[in-house]
Amino acid sequence: MADETTRASDDANEIRAAASECLAAPGEVALRAVKVTAGYGGRAAVREVSIDVRRGELLAIVGPNGAGKSTLLRVLSGALTPWSGTVEMAGRPLAAYDRRAIARRMATVAQENPIAFRFTVMEVVLMGRAPHLGAWRFESARDLAIARDALDHFDLAPLAGRAIQELSGGERKRVFLARALAQRPEIALLDEPSAFLDMRHVAEIFGRFRELAERERIAVAATMHDLNAAALYADRVLLMKNGEAAGYGRPEEALTAERLRAVYDTEVYVGRNPATGALAILPIDSARRRATA
Amino acid sequence: MSGAAPQQTPPSKGADESRVSAATEAMEPGARDYLTPARVAAALAILGAILAATMLVALACGSAHLNLFTAMRDAASPDRAILMGVRMPRVMMGAAVGAALAVVGAALQALVRNPLAEGGILGISGGGAFGAVLAMILFSRFASVDAIVPAAAFGAALCSTLAVYRLAQVDGRLEPLTLLLVGVIFNAFWGAAIMLINSVVNFYFTHSILFWLMGSFEAPTWREVAIVAALGLGGSAILMGRARDLNLLSLGDEEATHLGVEVDPLRRTVFVVTSVMIGAAVSVSGIITFVGLIVPHVLRSILGPDHRLLLPATLLGGAAFTVAADLIARIAIAPAELPVGAITALCGGPFFIYVLRHEGRRAVGL
Repeated sequence: MADETTRASDDANEIRAAASECLAAPGEVALRAVKVTAGYGGRAAVREVSIDVRRGELLAIVGPNGAGKSTLLRVLSGALTPWSGTVEMAGRPLAAYDRRAIARRMATVAQENPIAFRFTVMEVVLMGRAPHLGAWRFESARDLAIARDALDHFDLAPLAGRAIQELSGGERKRVFLARALAQRPEIALLDEPSAFLDMRHVAEIFGRFRELAERERIAVAATMHDLNAAALYADRVLLMKNGEAAGYGRPEEALTAERLRAVYDTEVYVGRNPATGALAILPIDSARRRATA
Repeated sequence: MSGAAPQQTPPSKGADESRVSAATEAMEPGARDYLTPARVAAALAILGAILAATMLVALACGSAHLNLFTAMRDAASPDRAILMGVRMPRVMMGAAVGAALAVVGAALQALVRNPLAEGGILGISGGGAFGAVLAMILFSRFASVDAIVPAAAFGAALCSTLAVYRLAQVDGRLEPLTLLLVGVIFNAFWGAAIMLINSVVNFYFTHSILFWLMGSFEAPTWREVAIVAALGLGGSAILMGRARDLNLLSLGDEEATHLGVEVDPLRRTVFVVTSVMIGAAVSVSGIITFVGLIVPHVLRSILGPDHRLLLPATLLGGAAFTVAADLIARIAIAPAELPVGAITALCGGPFFIYVLRHEGRRAVGL
């Protein structure tokens, strides 16, 4: 039964794929990793992965826990030097840039966002302007306008004066996403941006970043756990297992039932969400299915 | 992929938004969203006035009676002699040392992301004092001993800093609780080492050694004042030049890197500069603890954590606090004197416990 559904949706895939190829002009490559292998203390967490992050698109990096998603993101951001392989930003090796030059082009939001002192929300968002400012210079009216705009993007304007420690996990996450936005980057690397967020804010955040990708031609790469969010919002998906790429391409190509079954080691249903036309991915409880059959 | 982005009208911006923030400000008069030049100017003007007033009181009061007006008017008066020969250098020394210690405290707290870090607690002052005592005894017969002692204090302070920092790293990450414990142990170790020296040297040195352990501004020369002031202000200026980077460091090393901070050079700069400043302070006044803890903490809670304001504010506040502590040391049991280090430690100990209990828990990972 699952096979039938897959086959039926494959036809639809082809039609949609053709359509989206006409619509979306292939973006210029902002960040490219070629056969990167990296890890910690002798254990490789990412093996021979090659990906492009293109301007104007949202790339989702998905996979089970420990698949190497965050490690790959750290390699892309330059925080972790790969053992082998290269990372290039705008055609030049990442290592050839100094940190400030990278920070002017690339914003990174980590999975966890600890902060030591009681900075206000506005102060944290203004930190995104730091790569564009000198050591002691005060933020200009333009910097403030950019920060306020970023606050607005994530519904944070009423919280501007609050200490970051007083916020909920989801609010805090949004503050750090707003900070990334205030950086006005060409590339945004987001590690689990939807963690701690409720459904509405997940939709809003991915919606915002998609919108930014399209309007400002930002290249966005985000790791995520939610396959449906990846299918819904991403232009392309990298599916990872044990540090290797198990699928890479448009959601329809990367997230097939067979691939997901192999990667997650569990039965999945891949169909279409009738409301959006996007892929709908659901786990199948094999025990219960057997019982009802 | 149509329908991917939720079709929502974006929240109204511009005028509407500024009205919101204006309303917020109106509701909370003390509301501070971010640091403005006007706020920096106002805060520093107030702290400057407090410092000036404290210094004036400290110059006027003391075991010997002194009339400031007479001293100003009459160059030949004994009042003038006491003022310029004794009290002025002492007050200036208190201000210079206090400013240096407080700025060092604020910078170290930013570096290790912990409000409980401080030169004394982390064992840096202890290391400096040990170096100073050792140099004083080994080189006592050399004419250049006055120059060697501060250099030795700086060298030992730097070694102590690096050792504490290295030992507090677990798997490449700085563990705040380990850092504090290692610092406290180093502090005790240096104290014991100094006592050991004390027990084997002749009586001539023992008074000086005790002076180093307790901390005091007794009878400094103008030359010493000038050296400490120059190193303290110079070091503070370098640290203030890195104020924005220190702000970013509160996000963690990796996040700071992502915002353009070269973390390792920054850390090296802060270690060397704070060691020089502590070395200079210790070599003339011994171990004065807790100034670097109390002053930044109080000012941070009032003014916010932005180091562009916090560092100059702690400079003025540290000077005022230490001059006031020294005034108490001078007049509490006049004509005898208490060591100023005892006064700051008596205030600082309970304060440390208070901070630890109220907000240090998360900071040290308890």
